[in-house]
Amino acid sequence: MKTKILLSFPKHLTGQPITYRLIKDFDLQINILRASIDYNVEGKLLLEIIGSEEMIDQAMQFLRDQGLRVELYEKRVIRNDDECIHCGACTAVCSAEALHFNPDTWKLEFDTEKCLVCGLCVTACPLRIIEVTL
Amino acid sequence: MTVKKSYEEINQRIKEGKAVVVTAEEVIEIVKEKGVKEAVKSVDVVTTATFGPMCSTGAFLNFGHSDPPIRMSKVSLNHVPAYAGIAAVDAYIGATELSEDKGMEYGGAHVIQDLIDGKKVHLKASSYGTDCYPRMDIETYITKDSINQAYLYNPRNAYQNYGAAVNTSDRVIYTYMGVLQPRSGNITYCSAGELSPLLNDPYYRTIGIGTRIFLGGAVGHVAWEGTQHNPGKERGSNGVPMSNAGTLAVAGDLKDMNSKYIRAAVFEKYGATMYVGIGIPIPIIDEDMMEHVSVQNKDIYTDVIDYSVPKRNKPTFGKVSYQQLRSGFVEIDGKKIRTSPLSSLAKAREIADLLKEWINEGKFFVERPVQPLPSTAKPRSLEVIGKEE
Repeated sequence: MKTKILLSFPKHLTGQPITYRLIKDFDLQINILRASIDYNVEGKLLLEIIGSEEMIDQAMQFLRDQGLRVELYEKRVIRNDDECIHCGACTAVCSAEALHFNPDTWKLEFDTEKCLVCGLCVTACPLRIIEVTL
Repeated sequence: MTVKKSYEEINQRIKEGKAVVVTAEEVIEIVKEKGVKEAVKSVDVVTTATFGPMCSTGAFLNFGHSDPPIRMSKVSLNHVPAYAGIAAVDAYIGATELSEDKGMEYGGAHVIQDLIDGKKVHLKASSYGTDCYPRMDIETYITKDSINQAYLYNPRNAYQNYGAAVNTSDRVIYTYMGVLQPRSGNITYCSAGELSPLLNDPYYRTIGIGTRIFLGGAVGHVAWEGTQHNPGKERGSNGVPMSNAGTLAVAGDLKDMNSKYIRAAVFEKYGATMYVGIGIPIPIIDEDMMEHVSVQNKDIYTDVIDYSVPKRNKPTFGKVSYQQLRSGFVEIDGKKIRTSPLSSLAKAREIADLLKEWINEGKFFVERPVQPLPSTAKPRSLEVIGKEE
């Protein structure tokens, strides 16, 4: 099972090795997609986690027990394919290269797996056909 | 013996359904295989196309007369101001004019697209009233079918080449060349390259005033030289300008257009503009023309320009080819920089193919220009001077 979670760290937990515990105790594969931790202030960590459903459930419980806020990260970027003119303006801001060209057809393709849901493409799109949904 | 073909011969072949038509991308392989001399004998027309943001776009509209009549002096369409300083019910709506209620998210380009799509558009006009035009205000709705004329007249389209953009400053900048990341984080470029009309006819031998073209899904014409037309730019040994040079003013009937091939757009923190689809057939009248249309991205160069310098003359980082730009990155000063296009090559190909189809079906013929575009012209800049200077 693969899922994305957004962790919010309260002040007193910003110094804890939470990611280490997730890997060691719950045998999860972790990709850190976005991290912003200010020690002793607050922190946000966007993770992609891969593991068995059971372990993921246990890990979530562990995180909540520790006092972290855990949100299933279900925000998604949606592109209206039918309206797309394949200009490429969005690729200028997509550092994850989720929005990319097929090199033969020069049509724009969107790899949702790679998308970090940063939302920069929403305003970069001149046709206003990209949205972030909850 | 050099091979020459007249416009009449080519049109006769189109009429008989015998003309051989290929796109400016397809012709490259043909010339590679057969050589220029043989290719001239077999190919009659090469179609070129582009689909990019072209700010210098707009439409003339004539609304018809109300009763009692009004000499409209202020006009707005869906709350976007249009220019009405012409005759009573004529107006010009420019693509980049912004709406008074929605700001940058809706502009003249969107009004034009709404008209093309057959939507009802809100018209509001006012006047000071005259003896012959007593009415002072009018508010109603129009569609493209309810008004007399609606035609695009775009003063500057289809730029022959355009500089690529980079940003060396420390902050993100938002430009008509898209979002530019700080510290040379990315490069944007805007040309169909080897498929682009004026790059395939660098000396304007077949594209001139009167040339019949594909414009936004309709048949249009080259009306005049475009504004800022500058044929005097430095050229490569193949004759292709190495920066933005020639331009076209084009006109066509809005009522026949299709928003598949012309679309309103917004560039963040810059404003409204319009993606315009233009296709131009190039008749292969001789070997010289065949040589020109076989140009490849690797032999078309442009400047990389620093858009973080808010001056008329911006610093450049030398020349790059469209082959390099299309590869996805360019190396400047040892740094690999990601590139992204702004004009749609997929759409340009669609237009070049459609134009090919129209010619193959005998619906579209090539037109000899009634007057060539200027081959020399020097651009002038605007200086701030006093009345006596």
